[in-house]
This record gives sequence, C-alpha cells and structure tokens, in this order.
Amino acid sequence: MDTLNIAGKSYNSRLLVGTGKYKDFAQTRAAIDASGAEIITVAIRRTNIGQNAGEPSLLDYLPPEEFTYLPNTAGCYSADDAVRTLRLARELLDGHKLVKLEVLGDPDTLYPNMLETIKAAEILIKDGFDVMVYCSDDPIIAKQLEEMGCAAVMPLASLIGSGMGILNPWNLQIIIENAKIPVLVDAGVGTASDAAIAMELGCQGVLMNTAIAAAKDPVLMAGAMKKAVEAGREAFLAGRMPRKLYSASPSSPTNGLIG
Amino acid sequence: MIHLTINGNPRQFDVERLTVGELVETLGLTGKRLAIERNGEIVPRGHFADAVLNSDDKLEIVGAVGGG
Repeated sequence: MDTLNIAGKSYNSRLLVGTGKYKDFAQTRAAIDASGAEIITVAIRRTNIGQNAGEPSLLDYLPPEEFTYLPNTAGCYSADDAVRTLRLARELLDGHKLVKLEVLGDPDTLYPNMLETIKAAEILIKDGFDVMVYCSDDPIIAKQLEEMGCAAVMPLASLIGSGMGILNPWNLQIIIENAKIPVLVDAGVGTASDAAIAMELGCQGVLMNTAIAAAKDPVLMAGAMKKAVEAGREAFLAGRMPRKLYSASPSSPTNGLIG
Repeated sequence: MIHLTINGNPRQFDVERLTVGELVETLGLTGKRLAIERNGEIVPRGHFADAVLNSDDKLEIVGAVGGG
C-alpha cells in the first residue's frame, strides 16, 4: 500500500486541504469530502465573545474525530507569535502534536520569513511538536529544517493564494532528491495540472486551499485535485519515458504497409 | 469588581471572586471547544475550575476557524 507517512502515522490521501475561504461550512464539508483529504488545516483565532453562542462552528461540520487537524500559524510574523499560537492549538485539540508552522515575512506577498521560521521550529521541536513547515524553495534551508527534526518540509510552489503553479520545478527537484523526510508542496497551486506536476516531481503530497475554495465550483475542483494528486503519484511511481526531441521508433509496425 | 481584558476588550464583572470556569459559563461558552491563555500562560482545561482570576488579568480565548 502506497501511503503518505508523517510523524509515525500513515495516510491514504496525499492531498491536504485548507478549510478557509468557503461560502459556508456546508460547502467546506462538501469540498473536503470530494477531495478525499484526511489532513485538514485550521487557523486559531479569538473566539467571538457574546455573539450567538449557539452558532455552529467549523468543528461541528468537521469533527476532529474524523480528520487529522493540522493547526496553522497563518498570520504570524514572529517566532514568538507562532509558538504561542501552536501551544494554544495543542491545548484546544487535546494535546495534538502535528502542526503546520508558517511565519510570514511580508503582508503583501505572504512570503515566509525563514529566520523566524527556523527559530520557531527549534522551540516547537524541543517542546515535542511534530512540525510540518512551510518554507521557501531553498534546498539548503529545506535540508536544515530536516536536520533540526521537522516532520515534513513544505516549500511553496508559488506565493500563497496566487494560483501561479510551480514556478521553480528545478529547486523542488533538488529538495526532493536530498530529503529523507516528506516534501509537500504548500501554496501556489492553481489548477489540477499543477498538483499533478508536483506529484510527478516526486512530492509526497500537496497542500492547498485557495485553488479549491476560489474555484467557480469548489466541490468539482476538489474532486479534480484528488484525481490529479493520484494521477501524478502513479505517474511518478510508474517512471516516465525519457524526453527526446524526436524518435525514430514509431508506435505502429513499420512492416506490412499497403501498396 | 474584577477588571479583565478579554481578547483585547476591557470587561468588568461585579463579583468578589471569579474562576476561569465561572467566566466561561458567564460568557455563554460552556461546552465550546476553546483554549485560554492568561497573561501569556495557558490555563489547561482541567484547571478551569480552580484557576482564580485577578483584576487586570489579560485573557485570550481562542478556537479553531477555517484556514489554509
């Protein structure tokens, strides 16, 4: 069985999805069901005080018993804020250790601040967290994060929410070839072919949110992404034919031609 | 009177003594999945009942929301 293995646990789905930007919780749930994702990211935010106590919450639609929650540190610009957020997440989710660390460096591009990310990763790993880390597609940084003890490295394909696809497949390939821990593409996927390319490169998985949530039909796109990730994975395992400018070997027999 | 800052907003409670557990109840958050930090330190759920609040405590009450 070809499974995604992260921090000692196996998953059948290699597609990880976010839960933000959907029209409502019902659509969130429908899209996640269509994606087949087992790991879903959530953000940690201040609870609304004194507003509709009976109002449904994300957790009512996506019970933590059914999914592996991956709390993130979206919106954090310092190591301290990220660590604080994930400690609250661990308390919120009954001691849950698997987290997505991202420390941003700039509000316009949402590009990661790797100095702060590394600082936070160090503290979190010491504190017993299994850290899946959003990072730049720098092979040296990715290796350092692995050596520190991160559970997975998640380089960006392109900027968060940009839908620009994989802009530097060569760097990704170097990261994948050198890695002993799972490499997942996180951020930048725009459509199904982007996810397939990431998997064909040998990524262990793909994490996305906007590509599904901002599609005209998010549920249909979620299904497309599921197939793309599966197809890309199978193509990677199958091993593609070598690229040649032209081939003197046609697929049909050269003998028995009429005339 | 106990003065607290909850999620950045000042709140007053006309009582002599208030535990985190009582505060959660007063705010109508009983049974909600949440995590609470007091003055930068997490108050474990199991300690809500015996964590007594002091005036000027700063509280963060958080939950999980949609995110990527």
